[in-house]
Parts: sequence; C-alpha cells; structure tokens
Amino acid sequence: MAYDLIGKNFTPPDIYGKVTGKAKYAEDFRADGMVFCRLLTSPMPHAKVKKIDTTAALKLKGVLGVLTADDVPAFPPPNNPILTKEPLYVGEPILAVAAETEQLAQDAIDLIKIDYEPLPFVVDPLDSLHPAGPTARLDGNVANPRVKYQTIKWTARDFAVAGEGNLPMGKPAAEWTYGDLEAGFKEAKLVLDESFVIGAQGHHCMEPRSAMAYWQNGKVFVFGSSQSQTAMIPGLARYCGVEPKDLVYVAEYCGGGFGSKGTPYPQMAIPAHMSRKVGRPVMMRVSRAEEYAIGQGRAGFQGRIKVGFRADGRITAMDAYVVAENGANVGFWDFENFGHTLSVVYQPLAMRWQGIPVLTNTPFRGPQRGPGENQTALAMEPILDKAARKLDLDRLAIRMINAPDSGGKHGEKRENFTSAFLKEALQKGAERFKWDEKVKLSGQRRGSKVIGVGVGSAFHQAGFNGFDGLVRITPDGKIHIHTGVGNLGTYSYAATSRVAAEVLKCNWENCIIERGDTRRGLPFNSPQVGSNTSYTQSRTNFVAAMDAKAKLMQVAAKDLGGNPDDYDIGGEKVFLKSDPSKSLTYAAVAQRAIEIGGAFSGKEAPGDLNPITQAAVAGLAGTGLIGVAKDKLAFEAMPPALAAGFILIELDVETGQHKILEYLGVADCGTVIHPMGLATQVKGGAVMGFGLAATERYVLDPQIGIPANTGFLGQKPMSYLDVPSEMHWDAVDMADPSSPLGSRGIGEPLEGCAAAALVCAIADAMGGHYFNRTPVMADMIVNAIAKRPQSYKALAANTQ
Amino acid sequence: MDHYIPPDARILDADVDYKALAAQDPVWTPPPPQLRSLRANRREFIKGVIASGTAVSAVSYTMGARSAQAQNAAAPERLITVNVNGQTRRVDVTANETLAMTLRYKLGLTGTKLGCDRGECGACTVLIDDVPHHSCSTLTHALRGRKVTTIEGLESPNGELHPMQKAFVEELAPQCGFCTPGQIMSAVALLKVTPKPTRDEARLALSGNLCRCGAYDHYLNAVMRAAREA
Repeated sequence: MAYDLIGKNFTPPDIYGKVTGKAKYAEDFRADGMVFCRLLTSPMPHAKVKKIDTTAALKLKGVLGVLTADDVPAFPPPNNPILTKEPLYVGEPILAVAAETEQLAQDAIDLIKIDYEPLPFVVDPLDSLHPAGPTARLDGNVANPRVKYQTIKWTARDFAVAGEGNLPMGKPAAEWTYGDLEAGFKEAKLVLDESFVIGAQGHHCMEPRSAMAYWQNGKVFVFGSSQSQTAMIPGLARYCGVEPKDLVYVAEYCGGGFGSKGTPYPQMAIPAHMSRKVGRPVMMRVSRAEEYAIGQGRAGFQGRIKVGFRADGRITAMDAYVVAENGANVGFWDFENFGHTLSVVYQPLAMRWQGIPVLTNTPFRGPQRGPGENQTALAMEPILDKAARKLDLDRLAIRMINAPDSGGKHGEKRENFTSAFLKEALQKGAERFKWDEKVKLSGQRRGSKVIGVGVGSAFHQAGFNGFDGLVRITPDGKIHIHTGVGNLGTYSYAATSRVAAEVLKCNWENCIIERGDTRRGLPFNSPQVGSNTSYTQSRTNFVAAMDAKAKLMQVAAKDLGGNPDDYDIGGEKVFLKSDPSKSLTYAAVAQRAIEIGGAFSGKEAPGDLNPITQAAVAGLAGTGLIGVAKDKLAFEAMPPALAAGFILIELDVETGQHKILEYLGVADCGTVIHPMGLATQVKGGAVMGFGLAATERYVLDPQIGIPANTGFLGQKPMSYLDVPSEMHWDAVDMADPSSPLGSRGIGEPLEGCAAAALVCAIADAMGGHYFNRTPVMADMIVNAIAKRPQSYKALAANTQ
Repeated sequence: MDHYIPPDARILDADVDYKALAAQDPVWTPPPPQLRSLRANRREFIKGVIASGTAVSAVSYTMGARSAQAQNAAAPERLITVNVNGQTRRVDVTANETLAMTLRYKLGLTGTKLGCDRGECGACTVLIDDVPHHSCSTLTHALRGRKVTTIEGLESPNGELHPMQKAFVEELAPQCGFCTPGQIMSAVALLKVTPKPTRDEARLALSGNLCRCGAYDHYLNAVMRAAREA
C-alpha cells in the first residue's frame, strides 16, 4: 500500500526544543514566588514512625511548612502512598519540608527529630516465603493488582524437597494449565529442569521525577514528568485530591520513563499538596538517589522451568514457576506476564504456569520495559540453546520450529493473534546477519579472546482499543491534530498523528500537533506503556479523521448539492467526484462548520466519548470543523510486538569482559509507520538490553536493608564504550490486518531480544556454560572458567 | 588522539589575583583557600563544598537532629560577573552554588539539565573556555574570567541552528532529549579541537555523556555528519 506520509521519515516538531535547550521538562518551569521542597526519607527498611518533632525545623527563618502523611490523601494498603508513617524501604518519603531555598529546606530536615520503631524486614522473596522468614509488611507478604493481598508461607518441606540449586515450589498465588502435561513430557526426547535468577533493575531515567505545582482559582496546575498525557488525568487528580476538571497538567517533554512514569505516581502530587498548604508555588527537585528510591524498579525473578523437547526441538510440554519480587507495595503483574510470554513465544503444546508476587522491603516495583516479558526472554532463551546443544540442532532452527505464526495461540484460553511474523523476523535477520557463516566462528580464539554468537527473541502485547481521537480544521486552513499521547522520546505522538493527516490527505506542513498541556483540549488516549501507542493511537487518529472526512463531505453536499457520497477529498479540498471544479477548501468548510454548529463545530458530541474528551471538545467548540470519535473498530484478537536479535561478541576469558562486535535487531511491528523512529527503538532497546543482561545490578545489604547502589556509577547502565560503534536494524514490515494502516506497537521486545542474544552469546563463547542468572558479570565468568566457586548462593536475590 | 585533553589537565583558577578583585568590590570576600587552585576533579570539588557548608543532597541515614549541620542556614550571596554565551551577566551567587544551579535558577538558562548532580552522567555538560565541564560540579565563584557556553549559546542571534544542532535533527539523534544538550556540548568541543575525528574518537570524547534511551548510534551518526559537512 503506497502512502503519502505513512512509512516515510519526517522531522518531529519537538526535536528543535531538544537540540536548542528550549524544551521544558518538569524542573524547567518557574512561577513567581516559587519555593522549594525536599523530602525526608526513611533510613530504615521497615519501621513505624512513632513521633515527629518539627519544632526546631519550623523555627528556621524561611521555612514555610511541613507536609506529613496526615496532610495528604491515604490509600488502602498495599497501594502506593504519597507519604507514609510506616516506611517499607530505605528511601521511602515520610515527610516534605518547604522553604525559600533548597538549602533551607534541607537544613530544616536535618533539624527534624523522628522516633522510629524498627520492624522486621526482608530483601529476598524466598526468605519471606520460608516459614521462619520475616514478612515485608505486618499484614501480608503477597500483593499485586492481580491477586488478593494476603500472607502465604511455604512449608519447611517445600524447601527441603527442592534440592540444592532448585527453586522450591510451594503454594502459588495463581496458576493455570492447558493440554496434557504428563503426556507431553512422556513424548519428549529431552527434558530440562532449570532454576534461574533474573536480577532486578532500577529504571534510572535520566530525568528524575521532579515536579512543580501551584493553585489558581480552585484549579491545581501540575508540571510533571510522565510518559503519558491525558491518561494521567484521572489518577493524578485523585492523588491531588481534586476532580479531573480542576487539574491542569503540563508535560510537554519527559526525560525517559521506561514504564516508571507511564501512569500516575503518588510523589507527583507532593508539590500540589505543599503548595496548597503554604500558599506558594512549590518546586520539588528530586535527586538521583531519591529517583532510585521512588522511581521504581523491575521485578526480579526466582524461577524454574521444566521443558520437554522432541528430537526436532519442538516443545511438547512446559511447567513453569516464578517467584516475582513485588517491592514493598502493590507492584505490577510481571509474574503473570511470565506465563503468558512463554505461551506466546514458544507455543508449548501443553503448559502449566504457577506464580507468586512476593513483597520485599525494597523500592516500589513498577512496570519496566517488557515487565515480565523481558525477564522471561532472559530465562528461557538460554534454555533453548542448551536444548539445541544436547539435541545437536541449530540454535536458529530450534527457535523457528517453536516460534508463533499468525495461526498461533496464546495464554490459558488459547486465544488468537491479529497476526504474528516472528518466523519472518528470525529468517530476515538470519539472512542479513549471515547466521550460517557466523555460527562457524563460535569458539574461535584470538589470544585470550573467544568468539560467541547468539540469537534471541522476545514479545510484548502491542495495542489496545477504545480510546478517542480528535482533529480540528480551522478557518485559516490549518489542520490541528489533538493528541493525548505523551512525549516519552519515541516520537509516536507525531507518527500516529500523521495517520490523521494521511486519511485527510493533508499537506503535513499545514498540520499542527496539539499536545502536552491539557489546556489545548486533548482527547483521552491510552497511557504510553506496553508498546501500544503505534497501534492504539493509529486507530484513534484514523476514526477521528474519518469523522472529519464524513463531515467535510456532508457540508459540501449541503452547500453544493447532491449526497455526501458524491464527494471525495484531495489537495485539502472536498470536491464533487463527477465535476471536481465544484469544490470547497478545507478552510471554507471550517468556516461553514462554525456557522452550522451542532456536531460539525463541536457544539454537540457523541455520548460515548470519555468525559475528558467531552471536556476537550466543549472547550474547542465553535472554533472550526471538529472530527471526534471513539475507536470502536473490531478488536477480537491480540496484536503482538515481536522481535529477534542477532549478536557477535568477543569474550576475554582472562578478564570476563565481553565486547560486542556486531548487533542486528529485527522488528515485527506490522507496517512500519516511521522508519527512523523504529531504528531509534531497535537500537535504544538493545542498549538497555545489554545492560539488563550483563552489567546492571540491584543490590541491597541483607543485614541492614540498605541499598548498595543508588546511582549511575553503581548500577552501571551502558555507555558509548560498552556498545558497538555501529548497530543495525531491520523490520518485517508486513501489515497487521486489524490495524487501519497495518501498524502495531514495538518498544519493549526490542530490549528483550538483545538481552537474550547477549546472554546466549556469552554462554556460546564459553562452550555452552549457562549461568541461569543475570546479570552475567565478569567475575561470574572468570570464576566459571577457572572452575572456582561463585560468590553468590544459588537462587539468592538482590545480594550480588 | 593527541588533541584530546584528559580531565585532570583541566584547571580553573590557576592564577587569579584575589586581592585585586576584592579591591574592585569592597563587600566581596575571597573564597576559602581550598578553592584557589581548584583542579576540576570530584574530590577537590566535594572538599570545597564541605568547607563552605553545603548540605550534600544524598540519602541521609541519621535519625536525630543534626544541629551542627545547620550553620549555613542563610548563606550570603555575592554579586559577581559571569560571561555566559558571549554576554556579561551580573548575578548574586552563594559561595557553595554550582554553575548548573546558577544557570538554571538565576540566569534563566534551563537548557542545561541535572541528571545526577554528582558528576556521573554528563547531562549538565557546558563548555568553559571551550572545554567540557560538569556544571553540577563546578562552583560558579570558581569561574572568574572564564567564558561559559551553554546549549542556548549555540544558535546564531537570528535563530539559525548551529551545524551540530542541525546534524542532530537530521539524524533523529535525540530520543527523550534530556541528555541531548550535554551530548551536543561535548560534540561541539570535540570538533573545535579535532575537526575530522574518527568514529572511535567521537565515541571516546562523548563517553562521559550517559544516555538511558541508548541513542548512542544516532548521536555518533550526527557527530560524524557534522564533521563531514563542516
């Protein structure tokens, strides 16, 4: 399908702000009389705050007020609190202090006396499941949006029967099964039973989640950092204690989120509450260590997968258990996604999944790029390689035979995909990477360096439905595309807006994207999470543009005669098909729409729109031709995002360091709507994946519960020198039939496939040594090669 | 790589005549001796900061009152002159104020970003006499006479983009954009000293700029493009 705009590169308008410094992130906004607030955070992993004495602090000249948990809305446990009187991890905010300067605020904090009652704490989920072990909270150790808040303790017997190095498998919090497991394992030529640990990871967005807020005429203005825009409104309003109509939210740029800023988070409301208390605009500047503490982290996994393989590598049965670390609060459902992902990527003929999300006294967990999906890739892809070795199969072939295609099924209920082209991605990548030649280099030595080659695959759901689109043509001929999509750095706000321009056959130069500030009248869109935007907001822009198109033709029929069907659009005009000289410009129709009123100018709007979209339309009514609609297109199956990564490394057996010589990532995201945008995600995702696989740690001291690494230096994300000088990308670019322009989302599996490929390549370089633990770090490699014991206990989490 | 200047060699304030400066401005007092020959490395910076009584913004583990620490409750500001983006600007600055904070909160230049405020990430990179520095780890008082260039100083007065900025746009280099000003400043400094770097030289020169989005490949494409087209 040849498009004018879709599939072509373009310059997204926000890039100029980024290269000139004019782009304003949350901490860049200023207001007259603005003051600063700083947080007092918990020094203990679990405690009760018995008494707070702020007398000395409040005496300091220039200190304006203290905000405690009593001053802000509370949410029933185990929900994330704004401020707390029972801190559940080191670094959790207990109170905030506002002062004329940051210096004064910090000095005031240093003068506050708090009496703490220390409580038992735990930093390893398995310790909490042990009958004698502590629980992270007094009233529960298992929590999640998807399971009841409860206490689950395994028995001593569960631990005893597991045996050395195997995950004990006591009572799960949830499970499902399909097919005949016993028959499947019987049929298998090879059965592997692998226990593993996938390390947690801090999001560590470059921009800490600072926020600024003030009140005017009963409305609160919040300048925050978030991946999403209109999706933030209901939850943020609730955190601020106002109705959505009384919240003005500004988030034009976001310095990275990776899942931790995709939906409202409680700390964003602290400046709002402080501002109401002290009567001044309040800026809360968040430090890097605070960003570690309140910025969420990925759930670590302690898991076990038993897999049966036929002689040709096809998986006949899979029995998978995961203990997922949920942090101190409600967390996220990585543990469920583990089971789902296994069913998607490997299509096992029979499968059982069991999972349990366990609380620890460590920072909140929230979704991080492929939450559960990417940990699964790290756990399962090396198991495929191990099986391939034992069955004497090519490692690409074992993936091809198990990969889903459009007829595949997923999940407990054996549901359908809208389409799936992972086999094509693997094939395309293999040809371009020259897999058959490269694998022959495996194990080749050059001094102390050994070549390793790896391939990895990954998945994430890639789209939702049911959100709203909104476009507006004004009498000056400009087409305003109102988008509720946030700007997290993927340019998807712009790429999906081009769908509206494509449908309306506009000149892109005449299009204005309205975004980033709720005062611009933005429709209710999905959050920018879960690799969904390129699918979900292609649909919303499509239906809004189709509504505008229909109205253009109705106005033309009204004014020029005939039926709307007699007309078509082109060149920013609506014209009579049988006599194109009879036409109206878009500008003229916009003027007429204002005169006619009703649905044409937004004075009336469909009743099924989300209230936020209704309010946006009401605010814009009478300014031009309005196209607005809810996405009610068919949504009967799951659109997937799939990706394959190919890697060549050199491993130094003396130092344990690896050097990535070559990387190729291949995306299956349906039709590619923005090629350069996709390239940034394939490469950027891979960079994050390399860190997840091999350098980024999440470590706490088990004796005192204090985090060992709270900044970049300790976590060690990838730098220029850790990644290859050049990275390569490709895409299957086959249209998804359920998506109006064929596109699906993509951001997350691009990290998982790269991470998995790297872990597999390291194992390959070592002649097939599988650590069953990530990150795979230099000291682990050196110890393994020297046949020395490792420094960690099998299955221990967060302490390495 | 002979033109590359390693970090230890960047020296500020080697021979400033403080007595003469004090004579010009009667209320100004010289900074504590530690700052006089300040080598721009982390250890010296932190010593200087502690000497002037700043509360370091790290997670605090103490539980009780720390009254000894609250001595600098109202740190006095001094009016000084700084040269930023070719303009001479007068600004009130405390002894322990970092250049990043002065730029962002007192000079209206929010293009320079704070990613870590402790010299680990490079988001705050500005040029001081054409050499990249972490503005979060530079005391504004230590600038004396040096020329500061920030991201805002690159475009021409009529708004035309600097060739490096143009290259970053054309190669779709920034993703979230937060590390971008720092990346551009490091790249501009590199090309001033090494107009036609190899890709590996560019990698090394920018290696102090972290990018969590992982946009390294496109950043390098942009730097190489700017070098080619210069």
